[in-house]
Amino acid sequence: MKEITYRDAIREAIQEEMERDETVFIMGEDVGVYGNIFGITKGFIEKFGKERVRDTPLSETAILGCAVGAAMTGLRPIAEIMYVDFTGVCFDQIINQAAKMRFMSGGKIKVPLVIRTNGMGAGFQAAAQHSQCLEALFMHIPGIKVVLPSTPYDAKGLLKTSIRDDDPVIYLEHKLLYFTKGLIPEEEYTIPLGIADIKRIGDDITVIATQAMIHKVLKVAETFAKKGIEIEVIDPRTLYPLDVRTILDSVKKTGKVLIVTEECKFGGSGAEIAAIIAEKAFNHLKAPIGRIGAPNIPVPFSPPLEEFYIPSERKIEETIQNILKHSN
Amino acid sequence: MVSLIPKKLLLKMYTTMLRIRSFETKVAELFAEGKIPGLYHLSIGQEAIPAGACLALEKGDYLVSHHRGHGHMIGVGLQMSKMFAELFGRETGYNRGRGGSMHLADFDRNILGANGIVGAGIAIANGSGLSAKLRKTKQITICFFGDGASQEGSFHEGLNLAAIWKLPVIFLCENNQYAFSYPSRLGCPVGVATRAMAYGIPGMKVDGNDPVAVYGVVKKAANRARKGEGPTLIEAITYRWRGHWEGDPDQHEEIYRPRQEINEWLKKDPILRFREKLLRLGILTETIDKRIKKNIETEVEKSVKWAESSPYPDPKEMDKDVFATMRVILE
Ligand SMILES: Cc1ncc(C[n+]2csc(CCOP(=O)(O)OP(=O)(O)O)c2C)c(N)n1
Ligand SMILES: [Mg+2]
Repeated sequence: MKEITYRDAIREAIQEEMERDETVFIMGEDVGVYGNIFGITKGFIEKFGKERVRDTPLSETAILGCAVGAAMTGLRPIAEIMYVDFTGVCFDQIINQAAKMRFMSGGKIKVPLVIRTNGMGAGFQAAAQHSQCLEALFMHIPGIKVVLPSTPYDAKGLLKTSIRDDDPVIYLEHKLLYFTKGLIPEEEYTIPLGIADIKRIGDDITVIATQAMIHKVLKVAETFAKKGIEIEVIDPRTLYPLDVRTILDSVKKTGKVLIVTEECKFGGSGAEIAAIIAEKAFNHLKAPIGRIGAPNIPVPFSPPLEEFYIPSERKIEETIQNILKHSN
Repeated sequence: MVSLIPKKLLLKMYTTMLRIRSFETKVAELFAEGKIPGLYHLSIGQEAIPAGACLALEKGDYLVSHHRGHGHMIGVGLQMSKMFAELFGRETGYNRGRGGSMHLADFDRNILGANGIVGAGIAIANGSGLSAKLRKTKQITICFFGDGASQEGSFHEGLNLAAIWKLPVIFLCENNQYAFSYPSRLGCPVGVATRAMAYGIPGMKVDGNDPVAVYGVVKKAANRARKGEGPTLIEAITYRWRGHWEGDPDQHEEIYRPRQEINEWLKKDPILRFREKLLRLGILTETIDKRIKKNIETEVEKSVKWAESSPYPDPKEMDKDVFATMRVILE
């Protein structure tokens, strides 16, 4: 095993896949000479040349449309959209083109495309147009897979699989996680899409969380463990396909569940997970399903406002406490 | 050209340029010290454009800006104190701490805002243009954006719409040679102004480091717009002195901008050039120059002090700001 940052795990995944498969190439704003705003593709031009590491103009629709067309004709593009917020500019190419091509062709064509975005999430005082968590928008669209890793290990394994996948994948990177560290194997590995990871085993309550929230939940779980309360922490890692089985198995075991996501709670991915649990495991529940997310407002700039906006460890702790009050 | 412009206005142009530079120099300092949060795109080196363009506008005209917008705000007379307060995230800021640098706006003055999405403002400017046209006012809209924005679909759709509807809009592209790391010579090799031809509107290229030249073309475009003759595209050639944003490593080590290129452009400092011209013409004296600079220094100091001592907004009050007609639940 070796220690690596989330950023470098992503970098390794792209590099290894580009070395393995000549049809893989990357394009986007500032990915070439600059090597990406977080340094993910630094040195790639020297390694792979300008044909396969393509700096584009500021033209998101052109980037994604071009990627869709290239994917339909035998290549495996990785298209980078700097911040997830900017997918607003090229939404058509995601929701009407990439996602629907295969089905509309009667299953005759495949679109092996990865859309990577750098900038999910708040916490940088980057304000309303540079801080959103938009996973729910994408998981609502049939035909696109949604990946959102929380650790370096997951980031690398899932990205390699996404690149090899024959369907369009949107791979959402959280900007607060780039410089977090974790262990990964020295040797090659991949992680299948649609398999959740149990980040911590416990019997008292199930907490399902994604991306930056996983780390907050794990901290909170630590403090509960000292009091003899064991929290099971589940990271779905991919929202579509969603590992319903792992989630339900855990809920059946603990009977209590909290879902924590950074996105706006209203209409969020947590709502879908809660609905599935209510539908499929209602009789196992010993308490109402808990749900934490951001309020239904645009991400504010000012530090005290943003701090209020992002779900806090305190709130997670209090909510868990309240759920645990329900008798078994 | 200079001789046609009243002395007072020339001095105001000069002062505006100095105020923009002082404001942004302070922003860089405060950011480096960790005193203001957020993302900062500074326009140091490009001051002649807002100084020339904004002074060619009339009161009540609309202004649409982009992420590199401090200069435009100062150009049309926003107060430094409330701008700083916004950057400090305070309730007294122009956006009450909700927006920060990339979203500065002053709706009391028809300043429709900076924008975090490149190219978005170009389309919005058509809306204020259409609005003024339908309401039969004589207001025009000036829309500032970068060379990078001219590569977005919104530019091409926006200019086409403005052209066919003859909207009273001035599209002013500040070609500072780069869109982040991407050189404009690669992104728009024909030049931005040339593209006007495709939409059948006038396209003008101007020295963006000369405030008087900018003033001249904007005045001309404004007259055309006010007469109902439609939009104009202006490309002002300039250079961004600092990194794309504060913290861009290219500021200190060569990544995408050759150092020699930066040095060549530093020699074309729009402020020094204009200062020399005004001194030569006897419009400015060393004494007046010192006084102007002293005043600005005091203004910056006072503004920062006021901003820093202003209160933070109350998070519980955010529920009122999402919709005009209802509150949201802040759970
Ligand atoms: C739609 C969109 N794409 C990308 C970005 C990221 N970004 C912000 S500014 C910028 C470069 C803009 O270049 P230009 O329009 O020339 O303006 P300049 O920064 O040079 O003033 C980029 C790539 C963004 N904010 N919005
Ligand atoms: Mg530019």
